[in-house]
Amino acid sequence: MEGYFAAAIIAGTPLLFATLGELITEKAGHLNLGVEGLMMMGAIIGFIVGLRSQNPALAIVGALAAGSIGSALYGFLTVTLRANHVVTGLTLTVFGQGFASFLGQNVMGSVIPASIKQFFAPKPIPLLSDIPFLGPIFFRQDILVYCGYLMVVLVTLYLYKTRLGLNLRAVGENAAAADASGINVTAYRYVHIIIGGALCGLGGAYMSLITVPVWQENVIAGRGWIAVALVIFASWNPIKALIGAFLFGGLNILGFRLQSMGIHISQYLIDMLPYATTIIIVIISTRKNKKEDMAPGDLSNPYFREER
Amino acid sequence: MNFLKITKRDDLPPKKATAIRILSILLSLVFAGLVIAALGYNPITVFASMVKGALGSKIRLQQTVLKAIPLVITSLGILMAFKMKFWNIGGEGQIMMGALAATYVALKMPDLSRPVLLLIMAVAAMVAGGIWAFIPAYFKGKMGTNETIFTLMLNYIAIKFVTYLQYGPWRDPSSQGFPKIPSFSTNAILPSIGGVHIGWIIALLLVALVHIFINHTKKGYEITVVGESVETARYAGMNITSIIITAMFLSGGLCGLTGMIQASAIEKTLTSSLSANYGFTAITTTWLSRLNSIAILFVCCAFAVLLQGGAYIQISMQIPASVADMIQAILLFFVLGSEFFLQYKVNFHTHAKKEAN
Repeated sequence: MEGYFAAAIIAGTPLLFATLGELITEKAGHLNLGVEGLMMMGAIIGFIVGLRSQNPALAIVGALAAGSIGSALYGFLTVTLRANHVVTGLTLTVFGQGFASFLGQNVMGSVIPASIKQFFAPKPIPLLSDIPFLGPIFFRQDILVYCGYLMVVLVTLYLYKTRLGLNLRAVGENAAAADASGINVTAYRYVHIIIGGALCGLGGAYMSLITVPVWQENVIAGRGWIAVALVIFASWNPIKALIGAFLFGGLNILGFRLQSMGIHISQYLIDMLPYATTIIIVIISTRKNKKEDMAPGDLSNPYFREER
Repeated sequence: MNFLKITKRDDLPPKKATAIRILSILLSLVFAGLVIAALGYNPITVFASMVKGALGSKIRLQQTVLKAIPLVITSLGILMAFKMKFWNIGGEGQIMMGALAATYVALKMPDLSRPVLLLIMAVAAMVAGGIWAFIPAYFKGKMGTNETIFTLMLNYIAIKFVTYLQYGPWRDPSSQGFPKIPSFSTNAILPSIGGVHIGWIIALLLVALVHIFINHTKKGYEITVVGESVETARYAGMNITSIIITAMFLSGGLCGLTGMIQASAIEKTLTSSLSANYGFTAITTTWLSRLNSIAILFVCCAFAVLLQGGAYIQISMQIPASVADMIQAILLFFVLGSEFFLQYKVNFHTHAKKEAN
């Protein structure tokens, strides 16, 4: 049982990074449906850099850079040129998939070098890992899982305890009002779209460096869309995003687990659950109509000062 | 950025608009060409081969038309929703549910006469696609839930469900372990006219019908008004919930019809990859057509050339499909970016700044 929960954390960590990335992006008022593409870009660049340099840190930097560049392109089109968010995001996904699949054909089937595998091997945290039940699940993991926990704390503090975070929420909630109070809306949007993209890239690299340390076609396999769903599931709250990511990670591997226990439920039916749950959450949160559970007010609305 | 002054254009002369569009497409071709060259191919040969592959012979032209048909019909469906500013990005799922219903009919009643069977399949597909769009529309109309996410999620539920059927209960027992759903009887397959299945006639008819519906009927007018301003519509005494639900049912119904056509004429069965991204591509084509049904016809044909050309260079030049995807995305990035210059005017005004100082 502990083994299953620990595996759920590993399956949920790429989702967590991408979800936090999309959450930050949406807090700036931009719905980026390019998550799947950004994850693919991060996955391939992280993989290739890791393979060539044998250096785990460089691989991570590469993945972050790939996500940043992809999302900067999205930012340029949607912030500066005010292109439609949905269409631009979908196009970014097509681009990212093509990009990864093209670069990936030369490394198809290559395996991540041992030095990197070693670096990303589970490292128990002293004391914490000895806590019964919880220790083996949460604190005998790899370094990026711990980074994920840390990111949740940092993003929460940033959004709710800092001036910058407050400004960011203002930009996403009501760009015109934020602008009037002297916040540079364009700069906030660019910065957070790019940070968000970098996190999506990192989520992708987790898949190609740790989860499946062999390059294979379409390694992300729809996880980007689950991340988009998770942001809503989490009602734009980083802590709920953590819970949701591990929950959906658990669902992701549940079918195979059950089958090994002799219970035959198709994984494809279980795969429907994250999406179905998200729909239910959307309905419930609309019903409750609580402000903190709702999407940022200006989500997907392009802002143009002269049209105010 | 003070030296740049951006203002909204009031009216853009059509000539100038066309010039901007052509310029953006040319620029995108140049840029895509640079990328192709960087990947180690000759861009001129690649482009020439794409055009040749899409339009160069009767068979290839037919292949292009086969790709244009689902795009046109799905785009018309998406148009219905977008007219109301209802962001239906659930085309994929609606196509799948349509195909699923059509397949159910085709497999249950394989011996009905061809016209009857095809008609029942089409109706079933439209109802199924319509219901798949009705669900988010109902919640949007009644409670104001966010339809973008709702429709997006329904895509994956539909695709996973079809995958489940394909690997589980609907799996063809005679296919020796290969996970596929049984193929249709000949009566369930659309007939062809001019080497292409009659979907092309259906698509053309629907372009005309949707054009008339949107521009010349009361319901169509109401949909446009709801899209322009819900407040205006409410003030005019329109029943907004009913308009949203009707329009979305039609929207999903058209996408569902695409599913039936693809299942019947292309796949001749149901597969989990049947929607082939048409539901997503149609969002782009509809947007680029600026919600005009006649423009949809042309944009979708252009897109079909791109898709078929991309498929052709895989065979003729051994260029992987991924390159075609990247070319498609680069072209779109430019076209999306150019929309800005159609709507806004950028002036350099260093002079005015000096005066202000």
